[in-house]
Amino acid sequence: MDVPTPGRFGPYGGRYVPETLMAALEELDRVHEAAKRDPTFWAELEALLKDYVGRPTPLTEAPRLAAETGAGVVVALKREDLNHTGAHKINNTLGQALLARRMEKRRIIAETGAGQHGVATATVCARFGLECVVYMGEEDMRRQRLNVYRMELMGARVVPVTSGTRTLKDATNEALRDWVTNVTTTHYIIGSVVGPDPFPRIVRDFQSVIGREARAQVLERWGRLPHTVIACVGGGSNAMGIFSAFLDDSAVALVGVEAAGEGLATGRHAASLGRGRPGVFHGSLSYLLQNADGQVQPAHSVSAGLDYPGVGPEHAFLKDSGRVLYEAVTDRQALDAFAALSRLEGILPALESAHAVAWVLAHRGAWRAEDIVLVNLSGRGDKDVAMVAELTGGAT
Amino acid sequence: MSEHPIAARWRAIRGGGRGGRGAPAGAGRAALIPYLTAGFPTPALSLEALRRVAAAGADFVEVGVPFSDPLADGPTIQRSIQTALDQGMTLPGVLDLIRRAALEVPVIIMTYLNPVMAFGLERFVGEAAAAGASGLLLTDLPAGADQTVESLVAASPLALIRLIAPTTTPERLARAVQGAPLPLAVGFGIGTAAQARAAARLADGVVVGSAIIDALGAAGTSGGPGAAERLVRELAAAVHEQGATA
Repeated sequence: MDVPTPGRFGPYGGRYVPETLMAALEELDRVHEAAKRDPTFWAELEALLKDYVGRPTPLTEAPRLAAETGAGVVVALKREDLNHTGAHKINNTLGQALLARRMEKRRIIAETGAGQHGVATATVCARFGLECVVYMGEEDMRRQRLNVYRMELMGARVVPVTSGTRTLKDATNEALRDWVTNVTTTHYIIGSVVGPDPFPRIVRDFQSVIGREARAQVLERWGRLPHTVIACVGGGSNAMGIFSAFLDDSAVALVGVEAAGEGLATGRHAASLGRGRPGVFHGSLSYLLQNADGQVQPAHSVSAGLDYPGVGPEHAFLKDSGRVLYEAVTDRQALDAFAALSRLEGILPALESAHAVAWVLAHRGAWRAEDIVLVNLSGRGDKDVAMVAELTGGAT
Repeated sequence: MSEHPIAARWRAIRGGGRGGRGAPAGAGRAALIPYLTAGFPTPALSLEALRRVAAAGADFVEVGVPFSDPLADGPTIQRSIQTALDQGMTLPGVLDLIRRAALEVPVIIMTYLNPVMAFGLERFVGEAAAAGASGLLLTDLPAGADQTVESLVAASPLALIRLIAPTTTPERLARAVQGAPLPLAVGFGIGTAAQARAAARLADGVVVGSAIIDALGAAGTSGGPGAAERLVRELAAAVHEQGATA
């Protein structure tokens, strides 16, 4: 969707960064705009998405989940979990690695929470022979040992972040500090539709392949558009990726599902859109979990990928405009949905994606026969199995 | 309209017109600009440190308003900010500190946009000026980033201090200074008298932050302000000899 001010989505977005980064953001913007118009860029990206990532990802009908949802309702899952590295994150890291190469920057940095974006960044750096440094909160490193090892196997250096809450928000601060110091040699591959302009647009553009494929697949199979499209929202990249293709289809309901954690009333949640208010954080103006003094509040979610106090500025705009409905489901609902999808369809969803499934289960009876409910299954749940077992008392 | 306190101070230091690199060589000395995180190491010691540092030869003082995510600051200042937040320092608390310190040198408030937005920008510029602040430096507000904020500060008694970086393009530099021969202070990574002396040869002013915070924090709880005062005295001697003898 085009917006009047460059880099802004209504009032949201912008470039609220130290001056040191401004030249790099301007360069990135130019290179991205030039690449968008360059057929050779797309040819290379599309070939890699096909042969390296495994796109297009399938659209899988989920009949037993559908039967739980309502008589005659069609539930379709966009299978981003089947991408190489197990999530949608690689759509973005691959595109940005190609941009970094155009800028002749051979050092890549990234932040990661659960490790999925870090793994996707380490993967493309290995593929292109780029130096890779990933910032990860010490607390997250402890919880996600396996992903740390995966990144190291692919040649990345994982730097523990010990400041603040030792999680994703602090890892992002540290990555931005590295970028301020090394900006002339380094590209920062940010992992979601957050950060200063042009990152929210770049990440959306690279993730929009999800929506383009899904819309065409639904039309080809059923000859009509979905009734509702549902995606989980942390920073919001998988949601922007699938929503972007449907924004102009006014009959299609779009639902973003945030993490309500232990419950919105407890204060221990990650519902930036549901419970935050506008603020400037990590380079852009958007909804933000903050206290009355403007200090950023720690987020909470059972899913590390949603455990972020900010959210992409385009989501803030889509919330205010009413085009997208943003709701939240609790840790408990997400864990139940994780179990339900595993049992009903033989698909283990990432806990992040389980939030989208949980919203569908919470709205049984809301659809009529023949309605198509499209869920973005943004990642696979293998990374979460040990923790789910621990939380639910299963075997480890 | 009377001269802005910051401009008046520069004129007194550098001599001549508005100072700045356009000023005649040897027209005056260079300025020392210490940075202190408000509320560090404790609110009471922070007040004492402000007064002693200002009296030890500072020409301006930068007072940092703590923000939970100080992505433009290095580890030393980050830790001081966290310590200040842990002790409950807030933006109204910082303004109260500035008011009580009643420094004779101009005070520049340095912070990030979000705590100021949460307080209310319009209310902030008014109350900050009333508390005795003369300038505002927002590390995450590069020139042109937000016309609303920039116009509001421009219309207020607070001078909006700009940052430029080695990566700043000529176009952005022109935008930041808007044609005026503004005084130029150098900062980041300057901590010793020798470094300060070298920087003072090139710039109108020298900003020192982390080294002062280190001195404040390292000297035990009550010895901090004294240690910071000694360091500032030493830095001031180094900075002030530049220009005066040229």
